[in-house]
Amino acid sequence: MTTVRTVMTVAALTVQEASRRKVLRALAVLMLALLGLSAWGFSRLMDVEFDGSALTSGEARLVASQVLNLVMFGMSLIAALGTAFLAGPTMAGEIESGIALSILARPVRRSTVLAGKWLGLVIFGAGFVAVAGFAQFLVVWATTDYWPPQPVTGLALLAAQTMVLLTLGLLLATIISPMASGIVAVGLFGATWIAGVVGGVGQAFHNESVAQVGAVSRILLPTDGLWRGAMHSFQDPSALLLFGGELKGGFPFLSDAALSPAYLAWTVLWAALVLGLAAVTLQRRDL
Amino acid sequence: MTAESTALSRRLAELPPAPAVWCSNLRKRYGRRTAVDGVSLTVERGEVVGLLGPNGAGKTTVIKMMLGLVRPDAGEVLLLGRPGKDPRARARVGYLPELFRYQPWLTAAEVLDLHVRLAGVAVPDQERRDCLAVVGLADRAGDRVGGFSKGMQQRLGLAVALVGRPEFIVLDEPTSALDPLGRADVRDLVLSLKERQVAVLLNSHLIGEVERVCDRVVILDHGRVAASGTLAELLGRREVRLRLDDVSAEAQARLTAVGPLTRSGDAFTVTLPTDQDTDTVPDLVADLVALGVRIHAIEPGRISLEERLLDILRHETGGDQ
Repeated sequence: MTTVRTVMTVAALTVQEASRRKVLRALAVLMLALLGLSAWGFSRLMDVEFDGSALTSGEARLVASQVLNLVMFGMSLIAALGTAFLAGPTMAGEIESGIALSILARPVRRSTVLAGKWLGLVIFGAGFVAVAGFAQFLVVWATTDYWPPQPVTGLALLAAQTMVLLTLGLLLATIISPMASGIVAVGLFGATWIAGVVGGVGQAFHNESVAQVGAVSRILLPTDGLWRGAMHSFQDPSALLLFGGELKGGFPFLSDAALSPAYLAWTVLWAALVLGLAAVTLQRRDL
Repeated sequence: MTAESTALSRRLAELPPAPAVWCSNLRKRYGRRTAVDGVSLTVERGEVVGLLGPNGAGKTTVIKMMLGLVRPDAGEVLLLGRPGKDPRARARVGYLPELFRYQPWLTAAEVLDLHVRLAGVAVPDQERRDCLAVVGLADRAGDRVGGFSKGMQQRLGLAVALVGRPEFIVLDEPTSALDPLGRADVRDLVLSLKERQVAVLLNSHLIGEVERVCDRVVILDHGRVAASGTLAELLGRREVRLRLDDVSAEAQARLTAVGPLTRSGDAFTVTLPTDQDTDTVPDLVADLVALGVRIHAIEPGRISLEERLLDILRHETGGDQ
């Protein structure tokens, strides 16, 4: 009972910190800029004529799918950057500054405080993804009349991607300095995405060993795998068929398959392992 | 069975309460440097104990090991009767860290609310506000901590230490950022805690402060307990200074009979025995008068804690060499 209360107290504190520390405001400004730009872009897209003729409805759906995925990638990047840079300071920064001393001298376990921080960050990140993602869908719907086939699943996967990255950020923050943990987390996120693209190219050219790069990186850090699953939920299923499978895996803003339950299970296990490791590291640390 | 357990719990309740803190043989190494080397100390309920020693003596490390913030390499801690590893041991412990910082995005009142929730104690609003008033922050309750000066943050830290109805309070350098007025406030605060039977462990460089409020003092040096005891025990050496005329050999012998004597001109200093016999000085004066000595002045001299501390530490250093 006391553990639940402590977790909820720290989670509420973390959300409060995020909203009061102007992180929320910075994210909102970035998101509004992205929404504005995409609204303009999507409305232009529908007016463009290729070879003297407007896009057919199928073509329009394909293009809208891709551009939506592109914009959602930008959004997931903002969410990932925001939470990864929040996860570092909220743990390592508090240890460095001394805030953690008075908190951890209370009758609480360090792992409980960590779980509270994690939950607060997940609520914050998932909330941001839900609100901003839904706003983006509305923009696309208003401008191109396109509505993604599985919006809720897609947003849930994006939220899971944010959760994975902030969990990694928390683990890193228990080991290295707050700023470094944010940079390393975001760097790994980018590296995995690029490895995913490289793997896709390998797949397209039927090069097994290059394709392995993507597969292995997706296991080591599940952000790219979740992102591909999210893309699959956002894109128009008929659009992919137009390519007849020719672009299979080779295009970074189209995904050819939904996520397998096994991969989702691995993601949950991965997050639990990393969070557990963070708890052990924090427990052993002298403050 | 029930009757038996009731009897047992009654008998347990009749036992004297466990000390506020009991540590035995605490050790801690940081890499190759030994920070704490076999420190044992006890703070009884309602007792105010001062922790003294030079920089790097291991005072803060000992405190952090008591509170579970640093893992001891060896040794045991019992905090209010529970093992130090059990977080519940800290339920009734207040702590002002040496490095005091509080969430800059919260207001002073919100910081206290947070600590009340974490402590799991039901503290009414009025009592929380009283805590802020005690440390002089009553009119800043609604202000963000980010705008506070260092001194005000330290005052807030004192309120945080006080707010969970503690039975034991650890103050690590509580006046390092305070002005003379603030220091006097802290002294009064510790004295009022003592009246309320709250145990206090006070780590401070301000020896005068420690001397005025502490029942007992523990002196650490090089990670070890160099000396410990009540002030009377530590400062046991009292002396009496006299200005005398017409001192005969007989009178001088009478002076020497009391204790070691030093003389410069007409100023005599006699070190008194430690047994605190109240008749020693009046008897000496009566005898000196009877021996025809003219007494111009007589004043008690007391060795200050500062002198004693320096004495102990210099002796320790000498011993090391």
